[in-house]
Amino acid sequence: MEYEAVIGLEVHAQLATRSKMFCGCDANVFEAKPNTHTCPVCTGMPGALPVINELAVEYAIMAGLALNCQIAKFTKWDRKNYHYPDLPKGYQISQYDLPLARDGWLTIEVNGYQKRVDIRRAHLEEDTGKSSHAGDHSLVDLNRSGVPLLEVVTEPDLRSAEETYAFLVTLRSILRYLGISTADMEKGAMRCEPNISLRPVGAEEYGRQTEIKNLNSFRAVRAALAYEIDRQTRILESGGRVERVTMGWDEQRGVTIPQRSKETAEDYRYFPEPDLPPLLIGQEWVERVRAQLPELPDARKARFIEHYGLSAYDAGVLVADKETADFYEDAARAYGGKPKTVSNWVSGELFRLAKESGAAGGVTPAGLAELVSLVDRGAISNSTAKEVLAEMYRSGEAAGEIVARRGLAQISDQEVLEAAVVQVLAENPEQVQQYLAGKETIAQWLMGQVMRATRGKANPQVALALLTRQLDARKEQS
Amino acid sequence: MRLTLAEVEHIAELAHLSLGEEEKVRYREQLSAILEYAQQLQELDTDAVSPTATVLPIHSVTRPDNPQPSMGQDDLLSNAPASADGMFRVPVILE
Ligand SMILES: [Zn+2]
Repeated sequence: MEYEAVIGLEVHAQLATRSKMFCGCDANVFEAKPNTHTCPVCTGMPGALPVINELAVEYAIMAGLALNCQIAKFTKWDRKNYHYPDLPKGYQISQYDLPLARDGWLTIEVNGYQKRVDIRRAHLEEDTGKSSHAGDHSLVDLNRSGVPLLEVVTEPDLRSAEETYAFLVTLRSILRYLGISTADMEKGAMRCEPNISLRPVGAEEYGRQTEIKNLNSFRAVRAALAYEIDRQTRILESGGRVERVTMGWDEQRGVTIPQRSKETAEDYRYFPEPDLPPLLIGQEWVERVRAQLPELPDARKARFIEHYGLSAYDAGVLVADKETADFYEDAARAYGGKPKTVSNWVSGELFRLAKESGAAGGVTPAGLAELVSLVDRGAISNSTAKEVLAEMYRSGEAAGEIVARRGLAQISDQEVLEAAVVQVLAENPEQVQQYLAGKETIAQWLMGQVMRATRGKANPQVALALLTRQLDARKEQS
Repeated sequence: MRLTLAEVEHIAELAHLSLGEEEKVRYREQLSAILEYAQQLQELDTDAVSPTATVLPIHSVTRPDNPQPSMGQDDLLSNAPASADGMFRVPVILE
């Protein structure tokens, strides 16, 4: 029997506010000394009262609009009750039955097809603290406690690990375009808990699902889902039954393993948070936020295709990351020539350099534009330009300076190149004979020698024309 | 509305209380009596009443996103029964 995967996601993104969700503590807690970003509110001291961070609400409205959601006119806060050492109040302030945003959707693109994924809801909540385990005891750091989180819940619309990966990339891209979250999974600013079940293709009913935890990168999400789909398929094919459990992803071994769970079912006893009055979100606020929304990836992609004449693929590659898209656009403007040429340099050589070094290089948009212009003017060859770009990337030096300092300028001078060609032909009589005997492919090798003799600086078009002319002349004589 | 013993055990577990057999029986009676009393409210017709989100006559109280000084590690940990490496030290947590 053929099975299909049914996947739904719960994604938590840390909102990039300066202060926490309900208190004034500095929300930028990454790598901070433990328990230094804390106050009576976020550590659950008796009598301390929370106050809503207005910017966090505005960010959630932005996200809701970008995810095509309905924004609630009336929203409220609820307590989610459970005991855990990293939860000092014994409850987390979240939103239960009246989330800030609901009923949205997002379009993703996977291997050339488009798909709509419905968003069930998006709401605000506070993060918990962090516990770490040290042998016979555990340690608790409350810096994260109270950091604002946006929780996005999808409908179970995803059908494969690839689609899930594409959804996360798209969501991250939107959050970054909005400037409301770094959405960096490796740094814990975005977390994802997929639930997955299998069912026979064509079936309406859902199978028994498992939830996967401990996923610290997009790649881990994809790998864990692929593994879990495989595992559940084997269970079902052998007539077994999938247990409804929480699985933990073991990154080292590349497997999911059942997590020990308490026997009692989850029972959070949500109730309205008495310390926080409800929030009324007026239409003027929503419209003001909507008017200020930046251009989002899909719109930018369409504009890149239309305005710069890029292919859908090229445009998609460039807009996936906002900084890359900004860089491209600045470079294309500074260049003034065919925008497609700059796009090739960005998604080709620059991507390769970034991948190799894993860091942002010293190339500016104007710097890249200058480099491409040097190639256009015939001052340097394409291959020299790649070398120059690598050096610009490392040192931040301008293209013109590198070319001048290292004497890389291309030789287009007919006389100089003619002398080089004649010399190469004189030094390689055997190969010339082969050419005259009909082996014309040897011309490529001779061309290589010309390039070598000029240390790569020969203008290839001019040199090739000269070489062809010299060889043809010898052919006529023979 | 009479609670079962299993329900009393579940509630005790959620509250992190370990009850003896005699206590379970006693709390079952007491909790059931409380629920029965509160159940009188079910007799009211609330179809036309929207759920109460707050009893206060206010809404939409917010503050601007301005960071304020925090209280400091030493102050925070001064009330902790045990601490280590600037963190609260607690019994080992079962994952
Ligand atoms: Zn605080």
